Amino acid sequence: MLEVQDLDVRYGAVQAVRGISLHVGEGELVTLLGANGAGKSSTLMTIAGARPAAAGRICLSGEDVTAASPERMVRLGVATVPETRDVFPDLTVSENLRLGAFIHRRDAAGVAERLDGLLGRFPILAERAGQAAGTLSGGEQQMLVIARALMSRPKVLLLDEPSLGLAPVIVDRVFEMIQGLKADGLTILLVEQNARKGLAVADRAYVMRLGRIEAEGTADEIAAAPELRALYLGADA
Amino acid sequence: MNGVQFLIDVLSLGSAYALMALGLVIVYGILRLVNFAYGELIMVGGYTMFLVGGSGLPWLAMALCAIVMAVVFGILTDYVAFRPVREKSVTAVLITSFAFSTLLQNAALLFISPRPRTVPLPAIFSQTVEIAGVITPMRNLITIAVAVVFLGLFTWLMRATVLGIAMRAAATHFTMARMLGVPANLIISTAFAISGLIAGIVSLLWIGRIGTVVPAIGLEPLLIAFIATVIGGMRSLPGAVLGGFLLALIDTSLNYSLPQDLLKFRDAFTFSLVILILLWRPEGLVKGPASGQRT
Repeated sequence: MLEVQDLDVRYGAVQAVRGISLHVGEGELVTLLGANGAGKSSTLMTIAGARPAAAGRICLSGEDVTAASPERMVRLGVATVPETRDVFPDLTVSENLRLGAFIHRRDAAGVAERLDGLLGRFPILAERAGQAAGTLSGGEQQMLVIARALMSRPKVLLLDEPSLGLAPVIVDRVFEMIQGLKADGLTILLVEQNARKGLAVADRAYVMRLGRIEAEGTADEIAAAPELRALYLGADA
Repeated sequence: MNGVQFLIDVLSLGSAYALMALGLVIVYGILRLVNFAYGELIMVGGYTMFLVGGSGLPWLAMALCAIVMAVVFGILTDYVAFRPVREKSVTAVLITSFAFSTLLQNAALLFISPRPRTVPLPAIFSQTVEIAGVITPMRNLITIAVAVVFLGLFTWLMRATVLGIAMRAAATHFTMARMLGVPANLIISTAFAISGLIAGIVSLLWIGRIGTVVPAIGLEPLLIAFIATVIGGMRSLPGAVLGGFLLALIDTSLNYSLPQDLLKFRDAFTFSLVILILLWRPEGLVKGPASGQRT
């Protein structure tokens, strides 16, 4: 469904991603592991259209989307949750969610139905619907950005470090939710530093180091390869 | 000095200033760039009034023409001065917006006249009314009423419509808004259109005070808008409105209190006070949303 070939990403003179290739099949949950600075987030943001690709190709269902803008990627069915957990702090929770359905804004009934469904799935957001998003806790904000991304009815979800900075019990809830999304048939590319968690939910995994892919395989293969641990486990080991 | 008169003066001047500031900050909030051609949108409104002045249309129809032209030129500013160079550099946009401003002013000089041109005004603008023993020009009350209605409507639209919510979101974090499917060009063009709409309304109210339009008419409103937004907080829409009213309060207070021979130095006093306010609150009175990435 999503195919990346020989992708390069540069920040001025610094090359963050060096010719990586990866693919995510329909309904698959693939995790991209690696230490800080390995180029995982750069890869994800480039797929999302928020950063230009210096070289290489990104294809979605066979269509070349390498140069697509972020707004076009959303219309093509790719929703992104960046690691910075960007809620709009001054907007209320329900305004944040409505914004997630921007591309469906002419379908008011469909948006309302989707909103009801998601509020049922995330009761904490229903409780806080009228509150400014900036007043939510870190875990609640993570729920909000994921729910907001789902408002666009994506086929592919790009998730960047959903566990970052959250308490362990909240991390467990976030990963339960990710498994739920996979069970619903969503295709997910998950960037994680928390390798154990990532491998526990993923079908397949890629391990990145210094902008290159060092290893790939099923989640079980990667988890079972002791020589890879030093690459992706980092501070988490 | 009379309290009622003072209040009406502050509110009517403040209404005009607040609208001017809002029109500037709506674009700044999203692009983090000052549109130096903003004053020329007010000029366009004024000259449209002059050009349709002889047409025999009812005044409100002419006013509508002026506002529409200001909106058209607002959107044109985006296409001519901003869009081609937006991704390249801040300096480039700064210069293209100056260039567009100069181009419009010179077009007015060349094709119309450097001399003041009379714009049609409805009779009600020159009438006066007595409130609590104070004789006040109707146009001051109209200015207040227009500002109240417009600001109310604007606030409602920014809260109740998805596009309004998207505008507010884009002012906080433009890239994130785009990653939710909000098209950058739609948001930016809408901001310029709103800026033009406000400039059109301001042109009617502002030129209504003097009755004539000259090519450099936009300079003072641009300066006022800039100072008001700096006081109020460059990134906050309510801040811009507050800044406009505060600046009007300062100006009016100085008008009332300065002796005759110091009055011509009023702006020096105003700017000194602005500096004091900025020393106290360098970010302006109202802080904008937390993250402030340029796009």
